Amino acid sequence: MTSPSLPMGPITGLRGRAVVVAGDDIDTDRIIPARFLKCVTFDGLGEQVFADDRAERPGEHPLDRAEVQGASLLVVNRNFGCGSSREHAPQALMRWGIRAVVGESFAEIFYGNCLALGIPCFTASHDAVLSLQAALAAAPAQELEVSLDPPAIVFSDGQRWDLELQAGPRQMLLTGQWDATSQLLAHGAELERTALALPYLNGF
Amino acid sequence: MSAGTLYDKVWDLHRVAELPGGSTQLFIGLHLIHEVTSPQAFAALKDLGLSVRHPERTVATVDHIVPTTSQARPFADPLAEEMLATLEANCAAHGITLHGLGSGRQGIVHVIAPELGLTQPGMTVACGDSHTSTHGAFGAIAFGIGTSQVRDVLASQSLSMGKLKVRRLWVEGQLQSGVYAKDLVLHVIRTLGVKGGVGYAYEFAGPAIDALSMEERMTLCNMAIEGGARCGYVNPDAVTFAYLQGRPCAPSGEAWDRAVAWWTSLASGPDAVFDDEVRFDAASIAPTVTWGITPGQGIGVDETVPTLEQVDPDERPLAEEAYRYMDLRPGAPIAGTPVDVCFIGSCTNGRLSDLQAAAAVARGRHVAPGIKAFVVPGSEQVAAAAEAEGLDQVFTAAGFEWREPGCSMCLAMNPDRLEGRQISASSSNRNFKGRQGSATGRTLLMSPAMVAAAAIAGQVSDVRQLLPV
Ligand code: SF4
Repeated sequence: MTSPSLPMGPITGLRGRAVVVAGDDIDTDRIIPARFLKCVTFDGLGEQVFADDRAERPGEHPLDRAEVQGASLLVVNRNFGCGSSREHAPQALMRWGIRAVVGESFAEIFYGNCLALGIPCFTASHDAVLSLQAALAAAPAQELEVSLDPPAIVFSDGQRWDLELQAGPRQMLLTGQWDATSQLLAHGAELERTALALPYLNGF
Repeated sequence: MSAGTLYDKVWDLHRVAELPGGSTQLFIGLHLIHEVTSPQAFAALKDLGLSVRHPERTVATVDHIVPTTSQARPFADPLAEEMLATLEANCAAHGITLHGLGSGRQGIVHVIAPELGLTQPGMTVACGDSHTSTHGAFGAIAFGIGTSQVRDVLASQSLSMGKLKVRRLWVEGQLQSGVYAKDLVLHVIRTLGVKGGVGYAYEFAGPAIDALSMEERMTLCNMAIEGGARCGYVNPDAVTFAYLQGRPCAPSGEAWDRAVAWWTSLASGPDAVFDDEVRFDAASIAPTVTWGITPGQGIGVDETVPTLEQVDPDERPLAEEAYRYMDLRPGAPIAGTPVDVCFIGSCTNGRLSDLQAAAAVARGRHVAPGIKAFVVPGSEQVAAAAEAEGLDQVFTAAGFEWREPGCSMCLAMNPDRLEGRQISASSSNRNFKGRQGSATGRTLLMSPAMVAAAAIAGQVSDVRQLLPV
């Protein structure tokens, strides 16, 4: 499988197609079962995304449908990505081709892991997510555009849903500063000052 | 907005800078790593040409992939061997202490850091593992992180974080005999839901919490994440200090007295303001068992699997999925559900007091025919302490296997796993579909004593009936 290049620099949105994985509380064990964590690189995880769910219904899992091959938007329901902190989960989705996720809510660690990879997790109300999913069920190969500014999803036929994206992450993505490492490294002096004031690092 | 809580105080002490985008750079006092979520972080560090900023603040062990039958190297599984070899090479290259197999200090990361005295009140603790919330039992702010964040902590000893709200869970009363911290936390999650804690840190407080041992507090905080709360904590008190005193990495001499004074000052004061508070009564909680596919789908052992009508309308699709997957009948009693495999261990319940509670049930009895039952101590120290008091003999005499320490069938990355549709009684923390190594395997979460009771009876049973009154 060839996935498009991984996210880099400012993220303003995407153009493409969407795949719906419905259900509340979809945990990271389902997104990438533990046996696939036996690896020292993330390469190759894309093929194993949702492996057990897909094996359970060969050819019928949403990710296996012909019309969504190459999709870059994932549409989910509530509390997506709960459970294990494994970054292998967003890595597997990203390597399958996902570049943004829309859902009613996300587990926090998953949300942060996505942000660290340059993948926005948009939220929308329960009803909006259901209507978006219904529209995609009616037209699975729908071409669409997702934007961060303003956060919204627009179908090529003009249908539109407003989305929400927290101000902080939105800013980080739009400015290309979603990769925290360089920002964290910029405050070396402040960091050492903080450490010097911590009793447990200084003999109490 | 919360104020004056332990969470607020520890947060303020560790704040380095405000970052563009509105998050805070937070200093990390203790960073724990293991073989599964660190290799890619070290690789990324190398790609960026960065070094480890404070190697003395990172501590490593190996737990997830280790076999529990023979730990001879090289491991039979070449992928597992490669993961451990990679961890060893990374630790050696960066000067990081690794508590490896046979060191006497190896074990599940959330078991060994407390027992070495590494985890202390007032610290920020991060680890590439969601059950890092365990360390909150000491009055630390501890949370799980992803691999990109492991890279960030290695590079900068800090993280970009957003501040959480604080909810106090006030628990009155006292747990009944046969009811443990595991039951309490399963009850909390059942009540508030698996997403109830999203956006919150949970402060566990009240008379029932004060009465818990450190190991019980660890069990409680361990599963805060299963209720959606990224961290959970208990204010440090005399129980905390008594546990820490004399541990290898705990302060000693005059520093000890200064430490105790500082730790005491961190506890949420009487004027602390919480964003939310929920009250529980410990005395009303029964031994609790999950019947479904999330840790929130729990019921008392004396209850029946809820019918669709008894489930909140929002939760009905999940309940229907759980009925199908678990093959349990709505309205049927959970007691009497036959089990195939019984697993005692994990970072939730693999400590000495857990094994003691299970052994008290197993002593003088025998595992039912056809049941595979095994005990995996949480660490080499737990194993040694249990063996010193003969618990291994109690278990083996009762027909349980006594294994080497590791995560084992909590997530089944090693050879310990369910086969096909087997159903387990498990003292671990997750009953997700496929969690225990078979895509169709089923998990019933419960306390270690309840697992022992299930092993003896061959079915889910109320442990209170097996304990001396
Ligand atoms: S025992 Fe289970 S939950 Fe705990 S660290 Fe190991 S795999 Fe994770």
